[in-house]
Formats: sequence, C-alpha cells, structure tokens
Amino acid sequence: MSFEKINILQSAVVATPVENIDTDQIIPARFLKATTREGFGDAMFRDWRFNGDGSPRDSVFAAAPEGAKILVAGRNFGCGSSREHAAWALADYGFRAVVSSFFADIFKNNALNNGLLPVQVSEDFLQKILRRRNENRNMELRINLPEKYVEIVEGGQAVAGMREYFPIGEYKRHCLENGLSDIDYLITTRPIIENFEKSNDK
Amino acid sequence: MATGKTLFDKIWDAHVVQQLENGPAQLYIDRHYIHEVTSPQAFEGLRAKGIKVFRPGRTFATCDHNVPTLNQDKPIKDDSCRIPVEVLARNCMENGIEYFPLRDPSNGIVHVIGPEQGLTLPGMCIVCGDSHTATHGAFGSIAFGIGTSEVEMVLATQTLLQNKPAQMRITINGKLGKCVTPKDVILYVISKVGTGGGTGYFVEYAGEVFEQMSMEGRMTVCNMSIEMGARGGFVAPDKTTFEYVKGRRFAPSGAEFDKAVEQWSRLYSDPDAVFDKEYVFDGADIAPMITYGTDPGRGIAIDGVIPECDESGMKGLAYMGFAPGEKMTGKKVDYIFVGSCTNGRIEDFRAFAGFVKGKRAADGITVWLVPGSVEVERKIREEGLEKILNDAGFVLRQPGCSACLAMNEDKVPAGAYSLSTSNRNFEGRQGQGARTMLCSPLVAAAAAVTGVITDPRSVE
Repeated sequence: MSFEKINILQSAVVATPVENIDTDQIIPARFLKATTREGFGDAMFRDWRFNGDGSPRDSVFAAAPEGAKILVAGRNFGCGSSREHAAWALADYGFRAVVSSFFADIFKNNALNNGLLPVQVSEDFLQKILRRRNENRNMELRINLPEKYVEIVEGGQAVAGMREYFPIGEYKRHCLENGLSDIDYLITTRPIIENFEKSNDK
Repeated sequence: MATGKTLFDKIWDAHVVQQLENGPAQLYIDRHYIHEVTSPQAFEGLRAKGIKVFRPGRTFATCDHNVPTLNQDKPIKDDSCRIPVEVLARNCMENGIEYFPLRDPSNGIVHVIGPEQGLTLPGMCIVCGDSHTATHGAFGSIAFGIGTSEVEMVLATQTLLQNKPAQMRITINGKLGKCVTPKDVILYVISKVGTGGGTGYFVEYAGEVFEQMSMEGRMTVCNMSIEMGARGGFVAPDKTTFEYVKGRRFAPSGAEFDKAVEQWSRLYSDPDAVFDKEYVFDGADIAPMITYGTDPGRGIAIDGVIPECDESGMKGLAYMGFAPGEKMTGKKVDYIFVGSCTNGRIEDFRAFAGFVKGKRAADGITVWLVPGSVEVERKIREEGLEKILNDAGFVLRQPGCSACLAMNEDKVPAGAYSLSTSNRNFEGRQGQGARTMLCSPLVAAAAAVTGVITDPRSVE
C-alpha cells in the first residue's frame, strides 16, 4: 500500500501518560469485522471516547485541539494483538505520528507500513513533553524526519533545549519520505527468491 | 574470538534470502497460517496490484476468531461474523490455498491446528497475522506474529523484511510444585520480566522445567511470549518434540521422517553461544498464579495479596474493583472460560476434568469450556472426559477463539468477573467492561466447583 509521504510534521498533540496501551484499547475486537482497510477511525479508542450507550465521554481526544496529528502516549505503546487495524484506525482518525518512550514491535512495523511514524524518545523527554502539554494545550511538536529529531514548539518557535533525536533505520526513513511500502520492493526480488528456493531445497 | 551460535542464529541464518545494506534481512517463510480477521485486506491488496499468491502450497487457512461455539453445523447467524468467514473461503479457493472450514476434522484455532496437523515443524520460519503465533516456537522454530501488510508480503513473495532481534534466554531448573502448570510458569515469568521486558527480543526457554514439559505445555509457554513483548519464544526440539510430530497428517513420514529428525537434532544453542540478556529462575519458587490487574504482567501467587501499584497499575485496579493489600482467594467469580490458543488443548481439558471429577459445578457461575480444535473436541469425547464434565454439571462447546477476545457471541457482560485460561486481561478484552483474571485450567477448575477464587492445592 502506498501512503502520504512524511518529511517535516508540525502539529498540536493529543497526550496521555497511560502506559502499556494495548491494541485492544486502540481498536476493540468487536470492530475488526470489516474486510477493507477504510473507516476504522470511528472505532479508534472507542471505549475511551464513548460510553456503552454511545454518549461521548471526557477523554484526552475530546480535550485536544482540533486537527492534532500527533499522539503522545506512555511507554510500551501498541502492545498485545498484532491487529494492523490499530494502525489503520489511528491513521484514519488523522494521526500521522505517535510519540512514546517505547513501542511494541509488531505495532511499530504495522505503523511504518502505513506511513504512521513511530517516534521513540527517552522517558525523560516524554515526561517533559507531557508536563509542557499539561501547562499549554496548544503546545506543538515538530518532527523532522530527514534530520531525525523531534522538538517542542510554542507560539511558532522551537523551545530552547527541548529537542531530541530519535532512532529510525535508513531503509525505513527512505520508505516514509517517499511513501513506499516494503511490498513494492519485495515483488521486484522474486527471481532472487526463486534462486534461494532452488539452492536451499525449499 | 568466534563464539558459538544460538539456536535462533542457526534457524535465522538458514532463512536469509539476502541482507539489505544498512537495513533489514529478507527472510524466507516456510509456513504461513491465515484466518478470517487479518487476511481479507491482504488479498484485497494483491487483487489491486493484479498479482497472484506466489507459493499457495505454503499457506494454510482456518476460521476461528469469529465463529460461534454452538450449532456450528448451521449457517453463522450474525452477518458481521459470517461475512469474514465467507470472504476467507472465497480467497482461499481463488488462490489455491488449503482451507479448513467449520466442522472440518482439521478445523480449530490456528495455533492449535498447525501443530496438530503436523504443519508446524522444527527449524521452520513460521508467521501468521496473529500475535500468538509465538506458540509454534514450542517445536524449535522461529515463529512470530505479523500485521496484515506483512501477510500480503508473504502471500506475494513468501518473504518478509525483518531486522534481526536481540536474544534472551530464560532458564528454569528444579521441580514444579503441586498444581503448578505451564500456564503458571509463563505467568510467573511475565510477572518478573514485565509486559515490555521482552520487546525487541526472541526468547529461548531452557532448563529442566522445559525439558520435562509436554509439547502442549511448551506451546502454552511459548504462546504467551508476546505478553512480555517478545515477538517469539521457543524451546530446542528434542525426543518429546519428535514423538509428537511423528505420524501427523502433514509431517514427513518413513525415511523422510528419520532424515528430518537427524537434521532437527542439530537445532540447539551451542554451549558457548552468547545471549544479549539472561534470566534464571527456580521452578520451586513458582506457585499457581492469578492476575489482578489489566495487563498480563500483573500476576501473583494465588495465595498472595495484591501489591502496591504505579499509576498505570492503579488505573487497572480501579477497573477491576480491587485494591492493594486484598487477597485474591475468596473473591467472587461470575464467568469461567477454559480454552483459547493458550489453554485449549487436550491436556488442559484432562486437567480440568480430572479436578472436577466427582464434584459438582458451583451455583451461579457460567462456565464456557471451549476446545481449541475439532481434534481436541473429538479426543475429549474419546477419552470419556465429556461424561465426567457432564456428570459434574458442565457442558462442552465447539471450537474457536470464543471468549478470549469475544468477537463471537461469547461475551462477558460489563462489570462481571471472568476467570479465564486465555492470555490477555486487557480492559474490555472479553466484552465491554468485563473484568478478566488469567489463570491455569486447574485454578479455573477449583473456582468452578467452589464458586470463588480458590487455591487448587487446598481442595481435596
């Protein structure tokens, strides 16, 4: 699947300090029935955003500035089920990046395969973001993918001393900046795969 | 200085098609399992690209997540459950993929049937769009869960791009105590390592406890590797493994089997292999376990008290309606679920039936006994376990994922307490507002006859 390219992303944030947010929270299993990729945004964090009777709940999503494209969350984000619906739901809702101090492996791969950027920062920097955001709900983050850093922006200006570099492999960075998914590349390698099969008795 | 190779290194190296410069490895996949929830969008992607499944003979399909656990001979009533199952059947037919439909003798939960049918073999690289794919590591294979985009990649090329993970070894020696099962072993490990402690790692389980464990037990342990964040966990194959595999439907037979065993016997970590992280535990320290919070790392000995928790832990306790300092034993139970890819195998039903034999089901509890496969269901009957269960007042249902994730109608109501042999106690996992406590089939059995959380060691 191809997706929108990412280069520099600046946006207000939705922020929650909750740790170990599992993919059942991001999208409960009862919403996994669709056989296409579209439209999962409505069910994103459904039980955080709505009561059992469908009435809206107070939540970090309801309280966030309109159009926030970055989700900030406590450590070990996306643990549990491998459902890619979690990444689809976050992207469909409008998020382009998630910032946390730690990501579960499968979620991270799923996010990357859908142009949703997982930005892993130190626990210290995560706490700085959360504190700052508590004081100023209009605080923004600027994520610079080519330069591989994230910084806090207030009143349009980068805040001094509030920048951190984040790890991302060169291959994945190339894919995100160009809107490319692994499958486009893999399909071109079929002859190499056939050779591997022959020489390895597969 | 050169050091020895780990078992993981040996299998990984044998599957690297090519190593991308400054990037991931392209890994060959021997076996690919699919089910109705995480595959439809992958097939849709292939259709949109106009490409065919590359190696249809390496993919096997079953329906399990959405299926009802009663009246499986009748059409599935709920459209939202039936349609994904029909889409899977159609995708398999169009692409020449072997599919085990409902009531087929080979149908069941994907991680129960793979090993049962002899499709899961030592030394393989195995994937499935399901995080509990780690189960298949019990056979000494590299097995891990993937997302739907990756399912599409495997269908299209039989390969994936993966970064090599770090390696952890968890060694447990000594003897397990009375009523301590493989489920207690893994709940204990997760409580020590933490829900994120295994992230970025593949785990090798080693030591006397695992050497003496049955294949069913090893599957229970490996299954929950993901609950500490590890994508996979495995046990080196041995005589127990080979005996389990022998004679199964898709396993090699005759001279082929002997040749395979010779190769599989080389699958072990060299004595001088180095791991990135090691844990060592004593089997004698492990008690029957139960969880009190809303992640699988929040487990304690069943006779223990709920500890003080951090902020996230307190949020979980509030959801559960529990408080630090409380005992777990004596708490009420509304629902009991025995089943899932963690504890839905024949040994689990032997344990449950053995415990409740000659006793009576407690009043006021709903008990769902859901076999992991049609084969497990058949064995339960064949071994006379169903009669024992019925005599004690319990009813056997039909196979599927069921209340583990409540995609079918087996949902625990809001606020109700569920004692479950499944793998996840996340908020809402077994139904909106459901409160889940994870445990072994024996702890489930003790509560099923007493009506409250009970230490199985205290019941005669």
